[in-house]
Parts: sequence; structure tokens; C-alpha cells
Amino acid sequence: MNLLEYFARHHREILQATLEHVWLVGIAMLLAVAVGVPLGVLVARRPWLAKPILGGANIAETIPSLALFGFLLPVPWLGDRADRLAIAALALYALLPIIRNTAAGITGVDAAIRDAARGMGMTERQILLQVELPLSFSTMLAGIRVATVLTVGIATIAAAVGAGGLGEFIFRGLAMVNNQLILAGAIPAALLALIADFLLGVCERRLQPARS
Amino acid sequence: MSADTERTSGGSSLPDSQPVIEFRHAGYRLPNGRALLHDLNLAVQGGETLVLLGRSGAGKSTALKLINRMLEPSEGAVLVEGRSTLEGDPIELRRRIGYVIQEVGLFPHFTVEQNISLVPRLERWPEERVRSRVGELLQLVGLSAAEFLHRYPHQLSGGQRQRVGVARALAADPPILLMDEPFGALDPLTRAEVQAEFQDLQRRLKKTIVIVTHHVAEALLLGDRIGVIDAGALVGLYTPKDFMSATEPVTAAYISNVRMLEKMEGPG
Repeated sequence: MNLLEYFARHHREILQATLEHVWLVGIAMLLAVAVGVPLGVLVARRPWLAKPILGGANIAETIPSLALFGFLLPVPWLGDRADRLAIAALALYALLPIIRNTAAGITGVDAAIRDAARGMGMTERQILLQVELPLSFSTMLAGIRVATVLTVGIATIAAAVGAGGLGEFIFRGLAMVNNQLILAGAIPAALLALIADFLLGVCERRLQPARS
Repeated sequence: MSADTERTSGGSSLPDSQPVIEFRHAGYRLPNGRALLHDLNLAVQGGETLVLLGRSGAGKSTALKLINRMLEPSEGAVLVEGRSTLEGDPIELRRRIGYVIQEVGLFPHFTVEQNISLVPRLERWPEERVRSRVGELLQLVGLSAAEFLHRYPHQLSGGQRQRVGVARALAADPPILLMDEPFGALDPLTRAEVQAEFQDLQRRLKKTIVIVTHHVAEALLLGDRIGVIDAGALVGLYTPKDFMSATEPVTAAYISNVRMLEKMEGPG
């Protein structure tokens, strides 16, 4: 049985797993953006917080993913459900590039522009929402893009704690020494990563601030 | 923002005797203790244009930023329309003071229209009034609304950007205008052009204006009075006429610089 036939025969399960995968990654990314962007703003605003926040995110990044899933298992509410646990771990991984790029985007705004905004009587909040964040969008999005691609890959490991997704095929294939099974997980995962990278890349270029 | 703040053109109903801007023994030092400006005493009258002339780092921009409370004096006080800048809300103070800086600081993601209407929109003017004001301002600085309204700053020349910057600063008709090296980034010919236009604007609008520059010619052209600042202190205050016969050393250095240029400009 060749690979194509295998895909044709199991297309329903593969599709199901792909959707699970997208769901895990999607929710994790939403969470990571919701937490990472404010933290990035904080890092840009309060330089003394940069070390602890970026340091923390860095440490999360260095924990091997399999171990991180294991670490989170005994955490009360998180450990109750596999997908909950997986999403939390994935979001944690996605955090660093998002925080770092948000902060870089904001501190990268031309000092003259900030100066003019302040001098014209904009409040700190108005400067952030109307000037700094819009001018940082493309840098932020570059971070989100990196994080998403990373997360699509790491999400395959979520299957190890029973959270489903395309990792299911890969783990089963490894256990059964079945290459077709491994590829049934790996190929869609790779495609997902490429698609996400492409789409976010398009958005990033769209949002590129005009150079003056 | 109270609705009844004076928004009349020209600004103040204050008696002529009271200066619009006043430095009283004002000083500013950095957190590390280094003084950028010390014991500045200076009064700017309503409708007057004061030019602060000095080298880079002399403290003239610092003086300017004390007026709109971008910086707060570490000694003495700065009064705007008779009130210390430290009283009241800095945001409210700044909205009543136009501000133009060298790099203009136009928002690159805003169109010309959005840039100019920034302060009126922050002040929640009705949309109709904002629109008519923007048209008025573009006309005032000599740009055609039809052509420029929807352009972005990167689609403008340096001189056009500068004009939009001035229009933006004048948008809410503030009685006071602060300009930090406003024409510094322009090439000499464009600068001369924009300066001449600005002179014309000055005469028509009768704002109280403080300009910071290191160009003597600009100071002589635009200033009703010229304050020379050196190493954080005011070393002389002159009318353009008096300026040329001043004996104070820093001022004298500027004069000899002007004389040298005049000599190079040809025989006679």
C-alpha cells in the first residue's frame, strides 16, 4: 500500500486530527497573544521588568517540550484535561517571540514621533493605542508568525499526553515502526506550518508601516 | 477638558503687561545632577516671537520643553499665562500649545488629514468643524487640499512635511507655538522658502512663538527678540538690531560668523 492510498483510505481520520491540531494551536496562540502583547508593552515601558519577564519566557522556552507537558500534569485545574494542559504548554512556548517582538516594535518607534505625540498633548494611553501599537503591528506580527510555526510543530507532541492532533499518527507510527503512519501525521503538520507562515507573512507585509 | 477654555484666536485676554511665558530662576538638572539649564529669567510677551539661539546641547531645547512641561523645572518656576506649568494637568497645558520639532514627527501611519486633525479630534470637535478646519489650515500653509489631504507623510517632500507639521501645530488654534529647530532638516533653498512663508504666517496670526535654532540668519529673520544661550545660561537678550552690535563674547562669535558670510557674498 503506497502513501497516497493510505491517505485516501484514512482521509477522514487525518482531517479530524488536522482540525484538532488547528484548534490546539489556534487557542494556544490566542492565549499567547492575549498574554504576550501586554507583557511586551510592559517590557517596553518598564525596562527594569524586561529581565524578569524575558528571563521567565526564556526559561519556559528552554524546557524540553515533552518535559513541560509532564511538569504541568500535576497542576490542579490544568492537569484535569489533556487539551487544556496542551494548550497551556503551547501558549507558554509561544510567549517569548511575541513578548520580544512587541517590545522591540514599541521601543523601535522613532523618538521624534513619540516626542511630537507627547508635545501635542496625547495621553500615555492614546500614544500607546494610536501611535506605538499601530506602528509596531508588523514587528509584532513577525513574532506571532515565528511563534505559530513553532507551535504547529510542538503541538505534535501534545499527543503524548492524549490531547490529540496530528501527533497521534506520529506516536502510533513510531510505536508500530510504520513510516506511513508517521508521515500521515508529519506531512499535514508540515503543510499547516507552511500555510500559517505564508498567510501571516502576507498580513505582515500588508501592515508594514510606510517609511518616511 | 473644560468646554469653556479660551479658544479665541490670539488666545489671551490678559493685559499686555503680563507676559504669556515667563521663566523665573528656572533651572533643570538631570537625575544624575548635571545641570542643563540654570537660573533662567526671561519673559515672552503676547504676540512676540522669541528666538533662542545657541549651539547644540546649550540647553535651548531644554528651555522649550519646560514651557509645555515635557520637562519639569528642578529649580524656580515656569509660568504660562500667569500660572506655573506644574499647576493643573500637563495634557490640558500641551493642547493649548502648538509644538513643532525638527524631524516634524508626523505620524507615518496617518494621512495628512489625520495628522492635522489630531488635536481637534482628541478634543472631540464635531466632525464638520474638524473638516472645515483642516481645509482652512492647508490653505493657510499653502497646500492644496484636493491634492494633499489623503497623502501619507512619506509621499511628501521635506518642505511639504514641514508645512503640514506647522498646520498640525496650529490646528486647535493654540495661543502659543513652540518650535524646536523647525526648519533644520530642510535644504537651504527650501528652508528660505518655508521661512519666508512662516514670516508671513507670523504677521497674520499674532501667536506667541518661541523658536529654538542654531542658525543666526534664521534668528535674525524671524525673531522679535533673540536670546543667546550658552552652557545652560542665558548670556544675552537682544532685538535683531541690537544683536549686531553686542559685545558679549558668544554673541560676538555669532556676529563675526554672519559678517564672514556677508563678505563671501560678494564685493561691496
